[in-house]
Amino acid sequence: MKKPNNYASVMARKGDIMKESVGIDYSKFESGSIAFDYEKLMRETGYTLEEMQKIQHGTHVGNTPIIELRNITSLARRLAKPGYGARIFIKDEACNPSGSFKARRAANSVYHAKRLGYKGVITATSGNYGAAVASQAAMVGLKCIVVQECYDSKGLGQPEIVEKARACEALGAEVVQLSVGPELFYKFLLLLEETGYFNASLYTPFGIAGVETLGYEISMQFREKFGKDPDVVVCTNAGGGNLTGTARGLEKAGANPVIIGASVDLSGLHMASDTQFNKKSFTTGHTGFGVPFSTYPDRSDVPRSAARPLRYMDRYVTVNQGSVFYITEALASLEGLEKGPAGNTSLAAAFALAQELPENKMIIVQETEYTGAGKHIQPQLSFARSNGIDIYFGDPMGEIPGKSIVLPAHPSLIRVKEVDIEKMRQSLIKTAVKNYQIIPTEEDIVFLADETKTDTEFVKKVLKRGCLVK
Amino acid sequence: MIKKDTWVLIHKTILEPNQRAPQVPEDTKKVPLEMWVKGYLQKDTPEGEMVEIKTRTGRMETGILIEANPYYKHDFGVFVPELQVISEQVREILFGGDEK
Repeated sequence: MKKPNNYASVMARKGDIMKESVGIDYSKFESGSIAFDYEKLMRETGYTLEEMQKIQHGTHVGNTPIIELRNITSLARRLAKPGYGARIFIKDEACNPSGSFKARRAANSVYHAKRLGYKGVITATSGNYGAAVASQAAMVGLKCIVVQECYDSKGLGQPEIVEKARACEALGAEVVQLSVGPELFYKFLLLLEETGYFNASLYTPFGIAGVETLGYEISMQFREKFGKDPDVVVCTNAGGGNLTGTARGLEKAGANPVIIGASVDLSGLHMASDTQFNKKSFTTGHTGFGVPFSTYPDRSDVPRSAARPLRYMDRYVTVNQGSVFYITEALASLEGLEKGPAGNTSLAAAFALAQELPENKMIIVQETEYTGAGKHIQPQLSFARSNGIDIYFGDPMGEIPGKSIVLPAHPSLIRVKEVDIEKMRQSLIKTAVKNYQIIPTEEDIVFLADETKTDTEFVKKVLKRGCLVK
Repeated sequence: MIKKDTWVLIHKTILEPNQRAPQVPEDTKKVPLEMWVKGYLQKDTPEGEMVEIKTRTGRMETGILIEANPYYKHDFGVFVPELQVISEQVREILFGGDEK
């Protein structure tokens, strides 16, 4: 009998479709309350570091170079007080087969799908991950479908996303493009059901574990070159997997740098709005994903997300769109390196953060991404201008997302805005309690302390203030 | 008329405005959820007609035929003078001044 395909019926079958398509029984790790065993989930369904290195080596992923940005560092030192201006490095993840660090996540997911005997993989993404999955699937001979949110109701596509569709198709994938809206998930579920393919979600344990090699490599490369670990690692934060995986890899290496998350500030723009869709110049790495996914990681497309950034984040900062465009141009002009802007979100932040640190400290931006037609600063600014966005030089703090892009009139104006991480931690705790509608158990309190990189005292205080405990 | 087996782009409405998810914002609720997908045309058909296609993964999809041999139209946009200003500025700060 054919199953009904209307929205409500398909969403009601979500649990079963997910179980079939990810091959993980998440209930094994549940406590029945707010808590679940995160480490057990990572241990039993992920891969060891050594296995991951082997898998990724097999598909030419990883071992990307670390580049010291000497001229960008010099520029930062000109602007910092005497003796300040940490050395700035980038990990050139654009050297991966599909042009971004996402190849690490995809390598593991696709390997896992192949091992379990799936005929193909499906992923829902408008970002670099699509091309990464397509590339890995091509290498092992699996079929691949990428579902993208691409156009507004006028049929106007985000150039960056159109470029990613091109990359996916060039790598042999089928690309299903949709207009704006969270019901993309509905079509995604229908496709999983129709094809029986593997759900190469960004948020499975294998996907996140795939990024651990990145953090591990950073530590090993620094120790080889400088005899010590970097002092600060800056990660662009959206869905949280990049930061989570990198931090876990650093931990496995025994490194303990300050982990800073950075996102482009798109506050005020609604991510599911048809009319605002083409008013933004960043399709990822922004606060529209970064904030909600940090405070409520399980909003993703699997029952329990393996990306849990607040467990690892020490600081969270934002930069404006104009500053990222500025630093991307500076990277080309001063270092001779043309990279895509999304990956440079952290670089804009690092440029400001380096000025807070003495000259002998080392700060690394842990990714770069490829650039090209559609996803280059030139087409992106050109597209923004044609959509009525006011682009001018001035103080970037005056930028209004969706209305203006303010390019810093001088590099000294590139600054970070501190996100109140304490408030985000409180928000995670309150959201968890609200979702489960229960009085947290002792186990839940320990879990929430881990979730927020705090202690049980902190959790209890938040619960008490919200009248959520007796 | 577009010939059978031509690589084409089709368009289809997935959800009408009144079928959209309750959580979507008001402006999005006013418009349908639309889909675009490419594949091989199954029968000779003129543009604008309802057709069936076979996608790269071998799936069958139906929709309105909108383009034969679709190609990518994204590019590097028009000249953005501000980028050149930034390029000049950072070089000037770092390497300029103190003329020999």
